Amino acid sequence: MAESELLSVRGLSMRFGGLLAVDQVSMEVRLGEVVSLIGPNGAGKTTVFNCISGFYRPTSGEVLFKGRPMQRLPGFKIARAGMVRTFQNVRLFKEMTVIENLLVAQHMQAERNLLKGLLLTKGYRRREQEVMERAAHWLERVGLIDFANREAGNLAYGQQRRLEIARCMVTQPRLLMLDEPAAGLNPNETRDLNQMIVRLKQEEGITVLLIEHDMSLVMDISDRIYVVNQGKPLADGTPEQIQRNPEVIKAYLGEE
Amino acid sequence: MASQLLHAGFSAGLTFLLGASVLGVELRSQGVNTIVAVEGPMTWLWLGVAVVIVFFHQLFRPRIEALRRRTWGGSRFSLPPLLRNHAQRRLMIALVIGALLLFPFLAERSAIDLATLTLIYVMLGLGLNVVVGLAGLLDLGYVGFYAVGAYTYALLNNYFGFSFWEALPLAGIVTALFGYLLGFPVLRLRGDYLAIVTLGFGEIIRILLNNWTELTGGPNGISRIPKPTLFNLEFSRRADEGNIPFHEFFGIPYDPSYKVMYLYILALLLSLATVYVIYRLMRMPIGRAWEALREDDIACRSLGLNPTGIKLSAFTIGASFAGFAGAFFAARQGFISPESFTFIESAIVLAIVVLGGMGSQLGVILAAIAMTLLPEIAREFNEYRMLLFGLIMVMMMVWRPQGLLPLKRPQMELKRG
Ligand SMILES: Nc1ncnc2c1ncn2[C@@H]1O[C@H](COP(=O)(O)OP(=O)(O)O)[C@@H](O)[C@H]1O
Ligand SMILES: [Mg+2]
Repeated sequence: MAESELLSVRGLSMRFGGLLAVDQVSMEVRLGEVVSLIGPNGAGKTTVFNCISGFYRPTSGEVLFKGRPMQRLPGFKIARAGMVRTFQNVRLFKEMTVIENLLVAQHMQAERNLLKGLLLTKGYRRREQEVMERAAHWLERVGLIDFANREAGNLAYGQQRRLEIARCMVTQPRLLMLDEPAAGLNPNETRDLNQMIVRLKQEEGITVLLIEHDMSLVMDISDRIYVVNQGKPLADGTPEQIQRNPEVIKAYLGEE
Repeated sequence: MASQLLHAGFSAGLTFLLGASVLGVELRSQGVNTIVAVEGPMTWLWLGVAVVIVFFHQLFRPRIEALRRRTWGGSRFSLPPLLRNHAQRRLMIALVIGALLLFPFLAERSAIDLATLTLIYVMLGLGLNVVVGLAGLLDLGYVGFYAVGAYTYALLNNYFGFSFWEALPLAGIVTALFGYLLGFPVLRLRGDYLAIVTLGFGEIIRILLNNWTELTGGPNGISRIPKPTLFNLEFSRRADEGNIPFHEFFGIPYDPSYKVMYLYILALLLSLATVYVIYRLMRMPIGRAWEALREDDIACRSLGLNPTGIKLSAFTIGASFAGFAGAFFAARQGFISPESFTFIESAIVLAIVVLGGMGSQLGVILAAIAMTLLPEIAREFNEYRMLLFGLIMVMMMVWRPQGLLPLKRPQMELKRG
């Protein structure tokens, strides 16, 4: 059991002044799972993401990734460890092209030795070729290959969302964290997203931690679900258990 | 239309009031009295012309602007399609470089000298472009690095007898070190704060050079800095002991213009090297990271890029180009003092980058040429140079905030086949 745990969050709390945005949240994500984090708006889901991915320093609690504590590391080191996230509001490099977005994301895999780059050594050219090929491969997979040389900011919203996921995937992460990836998508695009996540899981063996409001999507692809409400953990379990949980129903009905 | 008329009348009236008070009358002291002297009819005539122009321009402004929009189209003009083709582009570049190499053999000495000065600004502009245009870090103290480069050569020569060629790489390294050191404290700052701190850095360097008299000679500067040699051949009439003058070696009569030509060719080669190195950097992982950082540092961090390291590299590499330019400047002038490195130099170089279009190398080169040639052409207006400069900047900000030739995407293309 403990062997297969990729991410474990224990007693995570985050306080902003007088507001306890996250209060004693604990989660386990096992290798190869799709785990969702749901809850009403303002429940603290994004804040949990920010704490895990190193953008906020949690007030207390522990984040273990592959058994190693992460909560003191800066965000870029956490990303390098293999935990990569998207943002609730898409954050692409808008003035760069689609392919360049994917090249930047592979900074750590690229040959960064200045001398080799300036002299265009064989090794450098091979590495650049690999980086370019991986980028093209992922553009193909998310259906954006025809837009490779367009400015990312000019893509349609749904395409930008897909590009953001591709940009995570080229870093070859172990854990993909998606913050409301279906927000703003139409039903067709949401269905495509659903299929894409399933395929990522099956073909790449990627583990996914998902924040999402679209309940049919969540219930369809999640192995397990965590529910938070007003920063506090409310329930967790399989989609069936969550759908039958009276407290969850109350929290959601209460919101409406 | 009535409101247009009112607006135009108001603008014209304002022009008259301002013009009349500034140009039309003059306070003169006559003994103990101060009298108001009214200017002659010519001044009033010109003022009248100005008022009429302002009136009609304001009256028809909407139409003028509509016309301008139509003729300029999307306003984002790019290079003529001729240059899109790879082979033609190579040929074009080769032709331009050939012409630039031929230039000193055809031009007058003063023109060559001016071209050399222009090339120094090209180097400075390209170097600052790395920091401001690519990495998006507003640096107002760039002249500090230029000074460090110049003094590195001057001091190494003065105290240890280093030649230009020995000192040049060291000037680059020392300046890069200064860039690194400045980078550290300012990494957490952004925007305005960064601008202020770097401004301070430039001033500190200058004041330090001014006051550390024992080492730098203070305001008197350092003189008798030797010119660069060509494989140890000197371009002076008589060489220092051990060296041979260029003209004696080739058995030709002495001509001071050889020196000017040699300096120009050196500046050209240094500039071309700068262009090439930055061209490569822009297409390398580090250059991509600079641009990404300028656009969104949070997204950068989320992908495992370390913003600190990337900013530092921009500062360091950008500074080193100023170091090379500075060493060359010291060699060309033969004399340097802190006065050459005032804030106005930083402002001019920054103006070159902004004018050229943040990030684009060709734009920066064109802007550097414009910024150094215009004041020379407009010599009669010498007193109004800064005014002209300000005017151009304001007009640019109004009409072409993206610069003359904005950075053209993409740097890296996916070629399929
Ligand atoms: N940086 C911050 N400073 C202050 N309060 C914040 C900050 N980030 C989030 N919050 C607050 O924390 C609460 C949870 O926000 P968030 O995590 O974005 O909720 P969710 O993603 O579940 O909709 C909200 O009340 C929000 O205002
Ligand atoms: Mg949120």
